[in-house]
Amino acid sequence: MGEFEPKIVGFLCNWCSYTGADLAGTSRIQYPPNIRVIRVMCSSSVDPIYIVRALMEGADGVLIGGCHPGDCHYINGNYKARRRVVLLKNILGTLGLEEERVWIRWVSASEGQKFADTVTEMVDTIKKLGPNPIPTRWDI
Amino acid sequence: MKKLGVFVCHCGINISSMVDVEDVAEYAKGLDGVEFSTDYKYMCSDVGATLIKESIKEHDLGGVVVACCSPRMHEHTFRKVTKDGGVNAYNLEIANIREQCSWAHDNKVRATEKAKALVRAAAIKALMDESLESSRTKVTPEALVVGGGIAGIQAALDLADTGYRVHLVEKEPSIGGKMSQLDKTFPTLDCSSCILTPKMMEVYNHPRIDLLTYSEIESVEGSIGNYNVKVRKKPRYIDTDKCTGCTDCVSACRMKDRVDNEFNFNMNKRSAVYMTFPQAIPLKTTIDPDSCLYLRFGKCGDGPLCVEACEVGAIDFDQKEEILELNVGSIIVATGYDLVDGAALYEYGYDNYRDVITTLELERLISSSGPTAGKVLCPSNGEAPKSVTFILCVGSRDETQCSWCCRIGCMSALKHVYLLKEKLGKDSEINICYTDIRSFGKGYEEFYGRIRKEANFFRGRPSEVRMKGDGLKMDVFDTTTGKLLEIATDMVVLVPALVPRTDSDTIARALNISRSGDGFFLEAHPKLRPMDTFTNGIFIAGCCQAPKDIQDTVAQASGAAARASVILSKDELENDPLVAAVDPDICAGCGICVEVCPYKARTLNDWTKIAEVDEALCEGCGACVIACPSNASIHRNFTKQQIMQMVDNIL
Repeated sequence: MGEFEPKIVGFLCNWCSYTGADLAGTSRIQYPPNIRVIRVMCSSSVDPIYIVRALMEGADGVLIGGCHPGDCHYINGNYKARRRVVLLKNILGTLGLEEERVWIRWVSASEGQKFADTVTEMVDTIKKLGPNPIPTRWDI
Repeated sequence: MKKLGVFVCHCGINISSMVDVEDVAEYAKGLDGVEFSTDYKYMCSDVGATLIKESIKEHDLGGVVVACCSPRMHEHTFRKVTKDGGVNAYNLEIANIREQCSWAHDNKVRATEKAKALVRAAAIKALMDESLESSRTKVTPEALVVGGGIAGIQAALDLADTGYRVHLVEKEPSIGGKMSQLDKTFPTLDCSSCILTPKMMEVYNHPRIDLLTYSEIESVEGSIGNYNVKVRKKPRYIDTDKCTGCTDCVSACRMKDRVDNEFNFNMNKRSAVYMTFPQAIPLKTTIDPDSCLYLRFGKCGDGPLCVEACEVGAIDFDQKEEILELNVGSIIVATGYDLVDGAALYEYGYDNYRDVITTLELERLISSSGPTAGKVLCPSNGEAPKSVTFILCVGSRDETQCSWCCRIGCMSALKHVYLLKEKLGKDSEINICYTDIRSFGKGYEEFYGRIRKEANFFRGRPSEVRMKGDGLKMDVFDTTTGKLLEIATDMVVLVPALVPRTDSDTIARALNISRSGDGFFLEAHPKLRPMDTFTNGIFIAGCCQAPKDIQDTVAQASGAAARASVILSKDELENDPLVAAVDPDICAGCGICVEVCPYKARTLNDWTKIAEVDEALCEGCGACVIACPSNASIHRNFTKQQIMQMVDNIL
């Protein structure tokens, strides 16, 4: 068995973070392939249940990417996403799951480097946390 | 169940060098619903498209998954191919295995594994995709152009000449922008106002251009085809219908020669009532409320002298700000640039020494309508300089300030060498401290060759400008000779970086367009959609997108006008059907979605108490879908069931 390679699900908004992730590729900026991205139109369309589902299915981390505050393509969707994620993280804490498994980050369409750095940093953080404990727990 | 076809693209070797495409195609055959799977070198080529279309017919496919580049690149292409193959275009899904896989990773085994996961998720989504039809909305065949510099002027003229009504909004009292402050243009040495003024006149006289000067954008709502724009028209305190542009009021004003003249960078004074420059369009004066005695204190001697002087009675102190409402189908943003106003200038003594000036200030000194009527004189003593030294890249190409090249500095300095030799005589000494001379445009290198003999060129950036004795001095290490030199000079001209306008953030937010890391407005694609923004129907032109010279600005402005006319020429536009919908059987009428919607696309039907979606207003963000407590709200082809299945399959 090799080194633990975390599985990360990314929900990236179409206008900023997804385009930023595209730019990282176009600029050939390398980051670990641990992240698998689901494109959503806006970070406000990420239902907290998607995050919970990903964790229940064994994802070691979930990244929600949106536009910078004030720059949302849909005016204020990123603020809605931020509120939802903050609430969800509180609940995760009460379930005994590390809050650091769920990240919300602002990456603009021109920040390819920031996207790659974010993924690299997240993979490192989660490697330290170890695998998601949910699949081995009988109580949830 | 729907039968799927999976098409894996090699993209030459862009994908296949890092992802085992044959393996991915083979793997896809085992996925739920997949009837057919193959790989091909270029799926976006005509042969690739034919392959997809024929496979649809041969295998009776109901859905298509293309594993290729980003959907931002070719989703549109493959939707069309799918449609041409006889399947509703919204049954197409893209797995992004280039930008977000092969190009970003260097481990082929893991990249291939990731590509398979992305295909798995795309396939499960495609299996659940609905066939959708677009609704249509009518297009308002009018355009708004924001900014009346050369870019806005060109775009407005092109659109108006094509036959559309254009509203041109300019913040200042006159159109003309930065180009109206220039004396000559490089490399042809055309007189700037001689080539600009006719275009300004044409704008003013054009039957289809509605010119709104001294006005600013207040708010923008709506979407492509139908934008509702509010414009704030500031009071000029001059009845422009009566004003003849004689400027008798300017000479009569009690504040004559007492107010800083911004157009000449405060190098001379104007009156409180003023004409920006002699060729101003519209040729009407404006009263500056910050310096007019009557407007500030309600009293101007025994009565305002301008009122006495004006024979046509055009002075109107009762004018109020107006809010105008416009309906337009498309918007072109051409708001221009600012010169950097930062530490870079001050290291070179811009705030300490009067004879340290910027390149635009030199333009005004050279111009015959400038503060010295075209005589180049040192501001400190009013004498003609015997030696002038240019410092290029002030703030530009500097990681601590602006990392980018201003693209006009080198050529403008070369132009100034020619003009100064003409003004100050052949014997005058002109020094240029440069980083690289970038003479990249048509005829530029030839112009440089001509000027090179006329001035002293030093390849290096001076450390600072100081006053030593009675002259300005600076040290520069010339990297071509390897010598440290001291230059003594009478006048220093700084060539500053071009930066986004200070109000570009306000404009970006009002129009909901993005900015790149440097602060300039962001184009939808740097090569293929250089005038488009991410907001459909809004285009950008000129230096608000990135620094560029007049040639490139005019070309881009005409391009933006052509892009806008693509929209305006249509009677109707198809709305994106990937919008929200409501399941009326489940909706309890709580109205939460109505509050969440940022576009007022949601309403609660008074009669049925069920939420409804106006598809023309809905932008498809999906916020209402997540807000709905009873799952009655649906985001078409981004349904919760689809995303949940994707989560399950992507791991």
